[in-house]
Amino acid sequence: MSSKRTTTNERGRIRITGFDPERVTEREPLSGWTDESERETRSRWQRALGRFRRNRSAMVGLGVVTVLTLLAVFARPIYLMGVPVQPIGIAPYEPGTILYIHDPTVSTWDEPSLAHPMGVDGDGRDLFSRVLYGGRYSISIGFVVVALTAAVGLVYGAISGYYGGWVDEILMRIVDTIYAFPGLVLALIIVAMLGRGYWQLVLAFSLFGWVTYARLVRGEVLKIKENEYVLAAKALGARNRSIIFRHIAPNAMPPLIVLASLNIGTVVIGVAALGFLGLGMPPGTAEWGTMLDQTRDTLIQPPGGSIPWWATVYPGGAIFLFVMAMNMIGDGINDALDAQETGVEQQGGG
Amino acid sequence: MSLRRFVLKRLLSIVPILFGVSVVTFALVHLTPGDPIDQMVGVNPHVTAADEAQLRARYGLDEPLWQQYLTWMGNVLTGDFGQVYSSGLDVSGIILMRLPETVVLGIFGWVFALAIAIPAGIYAAVNKGEFADTVSRFFALSGISIPNFWLGLMLILIGALIIDLWPVLPPSRQPLYHPEMLWYLVLPGITIGTAAAASIMRVMRTSMAEELNKEYVTAARAKGLPERTVVLKHVLRNSLISVVTLAATLTATLVAGSVVVEVVFNWPGLGRELIEAINAREINLIMAITLFTGVLIVIANMIADVLYAALDPRIRYE
Repeated sequence: MSSKRTTTNERGRIRITGFDPERVTEREPLSGWTDESERETRSRWQRALGRFRRNRSAMVGLGVVTVLTLLAVFARPIYLMGVPVQPIGIAPYEPGTILYIHDPTVSTWDEPSLAHPMGVDGDGRDLFSRVLYGGRYSISIGFVVVALTAAVGLVYGAISGYYGGWVDEILMRIVDTIYAFPGLVLALIIVAMLGRGYWQLVLAFSLFGWVTYARLVRGEVLKIKENEYVLAAKALGARNRSIIFRHIAPNAMPPLIVLASLNIGTVVIGVAALGFLGLGMPPGTAEWGTMLDQTRDTLIQPPGGSIPWWATVYPGGAIFLFVMAMNMIGDGINDALDAQETGVEQQGGG
Repeated sequence: MSLRRFVLKRLLSIVPILFGVSVVTFALVHLTPGDPIDQMVGVNPHVTAADEAQLRARYGLDEPLWQQYLTWMGNVLTGDFGQVYSSGLDVSGIILMRLPETVVLGIFGWVFALAIAIPAGIYAAVNKGEFADTVSRFFALSGISIPNFWLGLMLILIGALIIDLWPVLPPSRQPLYHPEMLWYLVLPGITIGTAAAASIMRVMRTSMAEELNKEYVTAARAKGLPERTVVLKHVLRNSLISVVTLAATLTATLVAGSVVVEVVFNWPGLGRELIEAINAREINLIMAITLFTGVLIVIANMIADVLYAALDPRIRYE
């Protein structure tokens, strides 16, 4: 951040002579103080937003995520207890409609055409409609899981880091234990035990997913609690709870937000992977991963001799596109909130 | 604290974690409704409630949970993971049979990841901000974002449809050490290694770019060392330290990845076995594989910590 501070010969009513102010504008400020940092607390988030907006790849990512989300929402009308909440339907067919029953010109594994831009799947359903609709599951599970796990992780990590001592010791041993398992394996077993379904998937990824946040927040809190404003708050008689949530937690937010934004993609891939393994949504659901479940066989034993590539390419491409865009947003947030301070590094998808 | 004491302390610290890992493994499988007897009996109308109770008693499933846990743990410590309910085979035998397949796949993935990521990371850091850097960053981001099972499917698709020469799946299974198997290892190996390659490349680029700005680099250059020596001898060594820490986390990613990739490529390793065990509710097998995974990752984390401390003399062991 460059200092905009200029040096003049004026010090109030006193005029200083003996140096040329034009030549010292480049000097390093002795303290970290700048005009800009005076407004720091007020506009820290606004400045981050400004930096984010100038980041072209992050804005592209945001655009793609917005479009995919809107397409999923407006794919088919949404009814809540019989009342149409959202009446628009962009997708030409219901995701479960079997086309050849009503339309004899359509058969299974039809190639992409004008009427069916992404072709027809092995059960005679329109893939385009299914891909549009499929975003509803993956995208919403991604956001719900990240919101839940980040909230739990924030509270857990803040408590562990703030109180320290044996509380920290016990809480962190629990985290270490859960950390020893890959999230996907845990999620697999949970879904296998609870059965397939939307909320089972949410639970499978939330139950243990918070540990990453807890670790990150604890580390941040350990740093933050050394600050003098925490001591000041204590001296003023603030309760522990209000110190944690009013003084410490807000300052631990930037790295948490970066991790959360990068984590959405990981969860979406995880959900799709479970779907692919047959342990996500019930079979036949128009969920991106579940749609890929049956296509593996078509690659090895092509039905009718030719491989229906569209059934593999489009649903997987949708996942890839969404996760890529989400990660571009995450990288953008990371840059905007200053990478050195957050130090979060994205891992490969499971 | 000396390095040796640090290692000993770190070794001791994994004991409670390993205990926790075994509890989590056991609890996951037992605290949910349904047990293998339900699965075995299924909808068979000829099985009476008395038969079910007898079966449960035979496998010790009627005891209180803590007692079941102690029995299981005691057996595990002596190397007995129980039996597969449906076939009566020893679980430890199955694991020993499947493990080499997964290990070979994992090693191939690692070699692939490192072979791609380290040169690419160096290249990107040295040419930071230039076109080559942008391109490699784009590929790294893609590698992180691509679902590995879809990458596997696409590789099969491209191999079968476009190139039409890559034998995707082995027609007959040769023993693992057979040279022919190397060919079939390529596609699953690439699939499993891609995410790791992308992660390592990103870390490599960042840490290397950071190191290049340090004063010792200027000193080395001022001394008249060729740029090649500066980068490959001085900077690379220091930036590899952060890759080592990443390696531990990536082990978990690779293990999770192997589950999916083995299913895609029909690779007879532990991951595919786990999926089959889950579908058949073979709890002994599920527990054994999960426990094995957990222990493996705990050990990998410990090795990474120790390596990190040993590689960087500035680290103080606390």
